[in-house]
Amino acid sequence: MQISAPSFSWKEAVRVGVLGGAIAILISLVGMVAAFGERYIVYGWFSMGQVLFLAPILFMVSLTLRREKASTSSKTVLHSLLAGAVGGVMLAVLVLLGQVINLRAVLVNASPRLYGMLTFNQGLPAGPFVLIAVTALLGAVAGAYHLLPPRWQRTLSQAVIWLILTGLMRDLIMNIVVRWRLVGELFKTVLFASSGLQPIGAIVLLLLIGGLVYWRSGQPAGRGFSLKNQPPTIRWASIAGIVLIFLTLPQILGVYFSEILDNVMMYILMGLGLNIVVGFAGLLDLGYVAFFAIGAYTMGVLTSPELRAEPLTYWQALPFALVISFISGLILGLPVLKLRGDYLAIVTLGFGEIVRLLVLSDWLRPWLGGTQGIQLIAQPRIGSMVLNTQEELYYLFLLGVGIILFIAIRLKDSRLGRAWMALREDEDVAMAMGINHVVVKLLAFATGAVFSGLAGTIFAAKLTSVYPHSMNFLVSINVLALLILGGMGSIPGAFVGALVLIGAPELLREFAEFRYLVYGALLVTMMVTRPEGLWPEERRRLELHEAEEELKGAEPVPAS
Amino acid sequence: MPILEVDNIHSYYGHIHALKGISISVKKGEIVTLIGANGAGKTTTLRTISGLMKPRHGHVRLEGEDLAPYKPHEIVYKGVAMVPEGRRIFTRLTVMENLEMGAYTRTSKPEIEQDLDRVFALFPRLKERRRQIAGTLSGGEQQMLAIGRALMARPRILLMDEPSMGLAPVLVEAIFDTIQQINKEGTTILLVEQNALMAFSIAHRGYVLQTGEIVLQDNAENLKKNPMVQKAYLGME
Repeated sequence: MQISAPSFSWKEAVRVGVLGGAIAILISLVGMVAAFGERYIVYGWFSMGQVLFLAPILFMVSLTLRREKASTSSKTVLHSLLAGAVGGVMLAVLVLLGQVINLRAVLVNASPRLYGMLTFNQGLPAGPFVLIAVTALLGAVAGAYHLLPPRWQRTLSQAVIWLILTGLMRDLIMNIVVRWRLVGELFKTVLFASSGLQPIGAIVLLLLIGGLVYWRSGQPAGRGFSLKNQPPTIRWASIAGIVLIFLTLPQILGVYFSEILDNVMMYILMGLGLNIVVGFAGLLDLGYVAFFAIGAYTMGVLTSPELRAEPLTYWQALPFALVISFISGLILGLPVLKLRGDYLAIVTLGFGEIVRLLVLSDWLRPWLGGTQGIQLIAQPRIGSMVLNTQEELYYLFLLGVGIILFIAIRLKDSRLGRAWMALREDEDVAMAMGINHVVVKLLAFATGAVFSGLAGTIFAAKLTSVYPHSMNFLVSINVLALLILGGMGSIPGAFVGALVLIGAPELLREFAEFRYLVYGALLVTMMVTRPEGLWPEERRRLELHEAEEELKGAEPVPAS
Repeated sequence: MPILEVDNIHSYYGHIHALKGISISVKKGEIVTLIGANGAGKTTTLRTISGLMKPRHGHVRLEGEDLAPYKPHEIVYKGVAMVPEGRRIFTRLTVMENLEMGAYTRTSKPEIEQDLDRVFALFPRLKERRRQIAGTLSGGEQQMLAIGRALMARPRILLMDEPSMGLAPVLVEAIFDTIQQINKEGTTILLVEQNALMAFSIAHRGYVLQTGEIVLQDNAENLKKNPMVQKAYLGME
């Protein structure tokens, strides 16, 4: 917290512009701008590539504006304009430099195509000036935006964000609506182009969303629609509706999106499990993939005819896999009972590597297949039906997520859940409350392990094979990252995190190459702007924002 | 028979001989205070009673039963609750959740409700703030919460470790009034304090601890008049 807000000076404007420009140059040179060049938001007008290099400049300007106040409104706009222009100048310098020196020798992505995109295809000499003009204008818009009343700010920002999202999601949305003839035609001709939105559709969408947001923000306050506040009929109808949607999703979305959903749900399963270990009990586990591997390999070993003369079926092997996961959770838990924080993280990391190396080793090759992995793993059958397509496996995942979700919710408010929470807060005092920390800690590890083991068994059955290289350390990191993104300790957060971190990169496959760069940027941004996560647990939100709310006097303590 | 009997205990931190044969007894309904300077072994004594440390020699008995075989969390079930030094509330849980954690060992819902009412009657501030995150409470309120949390275990004996620490004098007085009231409602208290004057003003009896040994024991009135105590702990010449 600053004691007095320093004014947004010329010097600061230049600094912000340089920073924004530097980020934009980085994004351009790693190739993201060019990769998204064909991904139009509004067809023929601007693409995701352009959003990617303009957004950092805009972001830096608005971040600074939020922190610091200029003396007058005209100065705010002018300084923001300057900051934007400085960012544009930096990019222009990159373009001009690229004409003189062959940057491509070192920076493979500094291609003519990139320069073309940066200059909005205006060529030389006009291009760089167009670029600077656009960034300056955007800077000024950011400045002006800052001066708007909050209601208009919300309207504008949400309309733009939804516009970009809708443009990006074109394929997904078309995939769904194409089944309804009339709506499909309407969407195809008015809203969407072959990539991104039609200009006319974009304008309609902007007005529609803007109007909606403006109208809603005028409504009396409240935390929005909540199922809890509805009469029971509506409540049950909504729940039934949601369930119905989930049951019909594969039919609506088709194979490709079902595959994405399968992946997302696999990570949701692991996310819900790690959420118990890290989110509830506060035990930082960096080797979580180990349990996934143990679940998958147990399934493999028990059901593959390669390794057993009389292989079991999926359903027969499942209980064994879960029990072995549970026991392996206890085995990890026992040696780390007295470790906390960093030391715990290091040991669990080691555990993950040990499991990976064991399944990779020649020593265990006769039993676990070594580098060759295990093939011909059984697929689950229901009656005479074999679940082997993406759509069918979707239901298996859905069932798994449903059961695990129910268990996770029940655990959270249970006595055990409370004990985990107390342990996370203060282990000594938890003991002084009568909590058996040994049992409670081991149960956290073991429960988390079972959830992950279940994900592993479905994974094995889905691919009908397991390989050591799938049991990568990055899986653990992905799961942890999705929890941080969604909100540590929050059950819906695990869903949101998995959708964003696992689902979104699949939808925008241009991202795949830059996945970890985007993760990093996303996590840093989150920590700065929304440290509690996208869908935080109520407690974390209170903890991080209670001071603000008290200042606003928004929430009087209800008297009883 | 005393509720709590500490019989000639010796506790060690590694090679450091922290308690050199401490004997204390607390009878039902008493407030007994244990005073001493920093490092005298006050907190170590409490840690040994609550099972966080095991004595190398000697016994801790609760109503005649030796506590040696029990783990710290089992001793809570036996009826020993603690208000730890420096409050140590669960800062990220709400006030209500902190109190519920205090009742972790209990199973009877109506009894818990009853105790909750009692705690809220003692500390109306906690009732007002029961949905608030405990970390945002003021120091005094946090101390109230720490005491309330311990009471929720409905202990047979309540161990308090320096409840006056870090509080303004006016708050210290309020807290001590409450301690006295809790005692009058029937809770036996072992109070560890550096603030000897305040401690003697509410305690029935007291022990003076110096470098791991009891050097004096008497009723509070006599201790207050004792020249050694006056010089060393009450700042009188």
